[in-house]
Amino acid sequence: MAGLELLSDQGYRLDGRKAPELRKVQARMSVFAQADGSAYLEQGNTKALAVVYGPHETRGSRSKSLHDRAVINCQYSMATFSTAERKRRPHGDRKSSEMSLHLKQTFEAAVLTQLYPRSQIDIYVKILQADGGNYSACVNAATLALVDAGIPMRDYVCACTAGFVEETPLADLCHVEESGGGTSLSLALLPRSGNIALLQMDARLHQDHLDTLIEAAMTACKGLSKVLDSVVRQHLKEVSVLTRD
Amino acid sequence: MAAEMRLPAVHKFISLPTTSQSQDDKQLVVPGEVITSDTGFMRGHGTYMDEDRLTASVAGEVERVNKLICVKPLKTRFNGEVGDVIVGRVTEVQQKRWKVESNSRLDSVLLLSSVNLPGGELRRRSAEDELAMRDYLQEGDLISAEVQSIFSDGALSLHTRSLKYGKLGQGVLVQVSPSLVKRQKTHFHNLLCGASIILGNNGYVWLYPTPDQQDEEAGGYFTSLEPVSLSDREVISRLRNCLLALSAHKVLLYDTSVLYCYESSLSHQIKDILKPEVMEEIVLETRQRLIEHEC
Repeated sequence: MAGLELLSDQGYRLDGRKAPELRKVQARMSVFAQADGSAYLEQGNTKALAVVYGPHETRGSRSKSLHDRAVINCQYSMATFSTAERKRRPHGDRKSSEMSLHLKQTFEAAVLTQLYPRSQIDIYVKILQADGGNYSACVNAATLALVDAGIPMRDYVCACTAGFVEETPLADLCHVEESGGGTSLSLALLPRSGNIALLQMDARLHQDHLDTLIEAAMTACKGLSKVLDSVVRQHLKEVSVLTRD
Repeated sequence: MAAEMRLPAVHKFISLPTTSQSQDDKQLVVPGEVITSDTGFMRGHGTYMDEDRLTASVAGEVERVNKLICVKPLKTRFNGEVGDVIVGRVTEVQQKRWKVESNSRLDSVLLLSSVNLPGGELRRRSAEDELAMRDYLQEGDLISAEVQSIFSDGALSLHTRSLKYGKLGQGVLVQVSPSLVKRQKTHFHNLLCGASIILGNNGYVWLYPTPDQQDEEAGGYFTSLEPVSLSDREVISRLRNCLLALSAHKVLLYDTSVLYCYESSLSHQIKDILKPEVMEEIVLETRQRLIEHEC
């Protein structure tokens, strides 16, 4: 490892966390009035905004609509100011369309799409500040937005990254840890059933370590689900007091 | 011109102290939460069966009717029922039908055979009528209608076979959450303050100046283009801002709540109603009066 020591001898990481520790997660639901559902989520310094429209009639080409279930349409984008280097990000470049596809696959596993034939559900996510774990922040924000929109889901979808440094799995990587060249694994989990909605790993890892890494990511996802759960319950409580008859 | 600027503030919900007592008997659930593992219950909306366990699929409150368990989400798209009054916008003119955007899961359908055409109710619909469909309603027009039936895929079929319904002319549309509109006997009200309101069940609310007399012959497809007087426009804009205030604080909308809110807003300028602190004050007063009214 050149220069940076990702895990100190005492077992602390660069930002002072222990290996299995998550970054601070803060979230709010219903941030926009116009959209059907919306949420804002901060995972450490990664900030994501998710907006959901639908289910509604399929717009554009009619051939896209499916007669037995809803189509999920995801769009991922990053703000120009989201990274250290200011950069114009044209819509639909390879990286963001890949991310959109991953998000779509993730939510098709969780949303009960068969309840809404011939409809479409739009999920738009934007990264306002990128500090590692963009995919997981997007999934977590979009889950909250879907819950806010009242769209039926099997369970929450929680996503988290995990890395592997010096024989130790690290949960919820930040940008420095992610770009250090080590292994990074993203995992989206339906926490109650333990089903995996998406699993992605870009770098090489010895097969013996894979199970421990997945295990660490799953524990992190379950921790995240508790945070999301408390956000949803808090929101439910606040709003349901007002709308009682 | 002086412009007022303010920083974003945390949106505070206001509630009266008396409201907390009914909190206990409500069961709030989140997606994936098991409601019951007892197999003797029936599965309603907002739930699914996960290996014999009845599980919630949306976040909301549990409603039990005998053996049926439903979960009602706080906010959804409009789920139409037969007889609902809706306000919608025509998006497409097709063969013998109009497509109407109605805040529902799918666009609603207004068949040519379920509208009142000018010149008598019992007129046969000819090929000429089909060609002239765009003369009655074209893309972008707003209409009020009633839900006649629901198709198997959940799309709504509408009708305008009454003089109450038809094309909407001059007025203001306010979009709120459908769950905020209270179901009532009538959704058409001539408010005492000098304007009329259509509270669509789908959350679209139409505010318009009270018409002098109903035009019988036009069958609801005649739109008046007479200039609306300034006082009427002021009343309508005030009502619009009041509706936005009520919906921001999740107060159920019906004629009384709208009227009370209008009355308590009279001490403020119209544009000031949208300021958060004024909004809060007006809504609090409205809630107070509504509670007194109930007692």
